[in-house]
Amino acid sequence: MSAADTSAVVSLRGVSKSFAGGGVTALSSIDLDVRPGEFVSLIGPSGCGKSTLLRIVGDLVEPSSGEVVVNGKSARQARLDRDYGIVFQDAVLYDWRTVAKNIALPLELAGWSGARRAERVRDMVELVELKGFEGHHPWQLSGGMQQRVSIARALSFDPALLLMDEPFGALDEMTRERLNGELLRIWEASGSTIVFVTHSISEAVFLSTRVVVMSRRPGRIAAVVDVDLQHPRNADTREEPRFFELVTAVRDRLREGGLDEDSTAPGEGELLVVEETP
Amino acid sequence: MAIAAPASTRSRVLDSERARHVGQRVGLFLAVLVFLWGFWEGFRWLAESVELRIGQFEANDRTMPHIHDIVGQLFEPSRRNGPLLIDVLWDATLFTAKEAATGFVLGALIGFALGAVLAHSGLLQRGLVPYIVASQTIPILAVAPMVVVWVNPRLPDGLKDWGAVAVIAAYLTFFPVAINTLRGLTSVDPQALELMRSYAASRWRVLWKLRVPAALPFIFAALKIAAPASVVGAIIGELPASIQDGLGGAILNFNQYYVTSPTSLWATNLIAALLGITFFLVVLAAERLVVHRAPEHVA
Amino acid sequence: MSSRAGRIAAEWLPALVLFVAGIALWEGAVRGFGIQNFLLPAPSAIADTLWADRGELWSAAFFTFREAVAGFVLGCSAGFLAAVVLARWRLLQAAVMPYAIAAGAIPIIAFAPITNNWFGVTGMTSKIVIAAILCFFPVMVNTTRGLTSVPASAIELMRSYAASEATIFRRVRLPNSLPYVFSGLKVATVLAMIGAIVGDYFGGAPGALGVEIRRWVGIFAFDQAWAGIVLASLLGILFYGSVALVERMTMGWHPSVRGARAE
Repeated sequence: MSAADTSAVVSLRGVSKSFAGGGVTALSSIDLDVRPGEFVSLIGPSGCGKSTLLRIVGDLVEPSSGEVVVNGKSARQARLDRDYGIVFQDAVLYDWRTVAKNIALPLELAGWSGARRAERVRDMVELVELKGFEGHHPWQLSGGMQQRVSIARALSFDPALLLMDEPFGALDEMTRERLNGELLRIWEASGSTIVFVTHSISEAVFLSTRVVVMSRRPGRIAAVVDVDLQHPRNADTREEPRFFELVTAVRDRLREGGLDEDSTAPGEGELLVVEETP
Repeated sequence: MAIAAPASTRSRVLDSERARHVGQRVGLFLAVLVFLWGFWEGFRWLAESVELRIGQFEANDRTMPHIHDIVGQLFEPSRRNGPLLIDVLWDATLFTAKEAATGFVLGALIGFALGAVLAHSGLLQRGLVPYIVASQTIPILAVAPMVVVWVNPRLPDGLKDWGAVAVIAAYLTFFPVAINTLRGLTSVDPQALELMRSYAASRWRVLWKLRVPAALPFIFAALKIAAPASVVGAIIGELPASIQDGLGGAILNFNQYYVTSPTSLWATNLIAALLGITFFLVVLAAERLVVHRAPEHVA
Repeated sequence: MSSRAGRIAAEWLPALVLFVAGIALWEGAVRGFGIQNFLLPAPSAIADTLWADRGELWSAAFFTFREAVAGFVLGCSAGFLAAVVLARWRLLQAAVMPYAIAAGAIPIIAFAPITNNWFGVTGMTSKIVIAAILCFFPVMVNTTRGLTSVPASAIELMRSYAASEATIFRRVRLPNSLPYVFSGLKVATVLAMIGAIVGDYFGGAPGALGVEIRRWVGIFAFDQAWAGIVLASLLGILFYGSVALVERMTMGWHPSVRGARAE
């Protein structure tokens, strides 16, 4: 096992996680490097530990063993230094704050001055295309808009890394595809590195530079698929032959990863990733 | 992250529609008022006609004075050649209100602080909450004389008359505030807490930026209970302390003279009720100003 | 020791430790600082009196307790029924609720002299009525809120099954309202005791606890007065505790009963 790569934004070596005193092994010996500027998706069957892995990177969950290096530091230090922003599936906005104040939350905590905060909020609102809604409250916005606020908030302090846990999972397909395009635009504009957890194969292929396929529990990295589609990507990209090839490749890897050690059928009780029509 | 509580929705409803809505509510309010008045007088009339008896109770001028007599009594002298009852009661109300308001603020602050401290320690919670609850079972009326004797000498001169009563009012106030503050501060969405962890926010920051705003609906629910409770505490506190200047004293006084002038006691009760309601409405108004939440989707 | 018993013990241990420490501190403070008997006697003195005068004390306490319980039962049932009616007919609810809330803001205790005049000073009835009125409003307001705070989607589901209003009430509204009902009941236990005892202040039967405490204070029998206060408190705690126990047995699944803690 080579040493952790400190030039990478995220470097994992032998990361494992067990719950319930060793009864449930969520993750088993994960090795992964995420280089600056990459867009890496984690995809896998339910229960494979991808959300747990994301939280380990964010120092929100402690690994049972292994090494985690984020931005050249320990995960804990990276968190204390605010090196990453996180977006959950639920927008987790504060009902009592307007859109603008929600975006400004991490900036307030970091002690930014009022003027500086206002300026950054303005930039963020433009970035996620929510101009005119700064004074609204979360419940007045649609789900897609709420997630855009959540993304704006996560990027507001310009972190090197963005962690996203199925951020579009609760949205309808059309909104999802549109937000995918917007996310790519934001990614290119901000130049951040993104680690993205998803259930959707086509979303993973569309967004990423690399797709990391995880096996069923205990989660291991079953395969890594390099996505060599051209940037900038748009709606047409989804209809390219290469897109379908990559989707098929990921799907095949998922099927393999879902196999039991000693059988040819998918493990009991495990749901393979739900496939949507490409 | 929606918290179930009433909110002031700033929806863009047409002004005419809003006016109609408000008109409806006022109309309903007045209709019930008239109904209650009619019910009172109707019951009295019926009970007298059939000579109804419930135990010792029978309907007459002493037990069920006419509403107009009660209101009229306010504008009669409170005693021979004395000031009008309403003037006497106004002074008494201000006096009691002062005690109650002071007790309310004191009790609310203590209750909030207590709730905030307990929210951060499961151990303290398990240890103290049973006693906080038990504290409310102590019959405050019985303990009041002791409180007065102990507190009064320790107060600066200006407060000596009524300070102890404020303490008693605070005693009835702090409990709902403490309990609800605790509940509100600990009813936070776990993901919102995770988010704060990702910002490496200190516990103090998490308290003031997340927990307290999230707890406001709970806290105001408690304040709405505590406000009238402080009035009750003030009235009760005045009784054993033999304070003549407040509503408690007035009630005791007119209770003695009930046979000669029942309407005076009723009128005093009416004023006491209005004081309690006023305190409640003030907190309600404050809630409307401070708390903005998503409308509930309930049926 | 099974883990369940262990958990129960762990939950009550801090309170128990605090109790023992508190009593010890109390005893020490009274003796050490020589606090007057009037202000706060030592726990040992109170315990002595509770035993020595137990006949008189217990009958007085029980008399008042009966008043409180009777008022509680009366007031809570009436409050519950009223809430059911209001939940069923929403227009009535909209009309009545402001008044119910306002009524909860009235110092009901100020009406004790009036109920004494209605039902006689020495009988139990007057205090029972006060206690019942005190219990009525919190139970009614809380229960109404519980019956009408059902998530709209749950109601829609039942309607999709063409369920009648009565069925919806029984299967959805009633269970949903339980936390609110118990919340109201717990408040009512404390109010019922307060009502019964404070009611005595304006005049009551010679055997009632409130009257006795007042009498003892009047003749400077502070040991008895404090013993009476402690006894009243104990009964109140018992009353509250039994309702809390019933709540835990019927609603053990609810987060508020399981308890929550900040990080």
